[in-house]
Amino acid sequence: MNHQWEIICNDGFQFMGKMNASISHEIKNVLAIINENAGLMEDFTRMAEKGLPMDPERIKSFARKIQGQVQRADGIVKNMNTFAHSVDEPRKRIDVGELLAFMTTLSKRLASMKEITLTVMPAAMPLTITTTPFLAHHMIWRCLDFAMAVSGPNSTVEITPDKTEGGARIRFKLPTGLIGKPSQALFPSDVENALADVLNGQVRVQQDSGEIVLILPESIDG
Amino acid sequence: MRILLIDDEEELVSTLAERLSFRGIDADWACSGKDALKKIEETPYDIAVVDIKMPKIGGLELRKMMAGKYPDMKFIFMTGHGSEEDFRAGSEAAGAEYYLVKPVDIEELIRKMKEALKK
Repeated sequence: MNHQWEIICNDGFQFMGKMNASISHEIKNVLAIINENAGLMEDFTRMAEKGLPMDPERIKSFARKIQGQVQRADGIVKNMNTFAHSVDEPRKRIDVGELLAFMTTLSKRLASMKEITLTVMPAAMPLTITTTPFLAHHMIWRCLDFAMAVSGPNSTVEITPDKTEGGARIRFKLPTGLIGKPSQALFPSDVENALADVLNGQVRVQQDSGEIVLILPESIDG
Repeated sequence: MRILLIDDEEELVSTLAERLSFRGIDADWACSGKDALKKIEETPYDIAVVDIKMPKIGGLELRKMMAGKYPDMKFIFMTGHGSEEDFRAGSEAAGAEYYLVKPVDIEELIRKMKEALKK
């Protein structure tokens, strides 16, 4: 394994672990809510057994809450499954808007912990590329992670995809006033440079506009 | 005993508070560290049952902020880790004397509350 792949693999395992931990914490929250609603329903049933009247509306509300949480869990698990299968194919034709929507959904809990909102702007026209899905996810996460690290609480990171002659350009708009801050010197690091290289793309911080710019080719194979 | 439940999942703390009230335990709830600080300032509590990971102010930070002013207030932490073993292996465990893995077993929570108050 050459040095570049060693960097990508080491960070890739961390990326996978971070996402899985975040997903599992979210599922645990859903289970905790279901558990409390089921427990409360049991408490009410015990009271009814002792002769206290039970309001059917209350029971219906528990059922609704549990159903709502089951739907929430279903969405989380669907994303988890998509993420898990992103390693299956070394090459895939993907919609860039969908890719960004997926990654922001996957990162939503981590962003929310930092009080940051991630917003994906729609592409002006259909935008698809052939790439390595897992590496593209990894690269976008690295850009999001840096954008969130340099953005303060209560801020929004706006992500805009554009079609270019050679493929796709993705801009991560950072809050204003970051230019020249020491953290900017850290990006792109060896990891982002290695990922950009294997994706046959480019990544840079655009100092004048305060954006991270990620360029991905129409096809990773040129 | 006066209990404050704190988690950014409102449905979790509100339901847990109601279940505790069925067992004769008076529990309030808050959905953020900031709300919790406000409530504690208004009425000190015996125990805070708090999620370790919340936006802005997490459970351990909340305890740090409260330690000087309310040294007798006990903290029981809730965690979304997979198991107690996973939680103990992580860095946060060192700061948490009492903790519960979600989903919380209410009888275990009550046992921990009693245990914490005895100390």
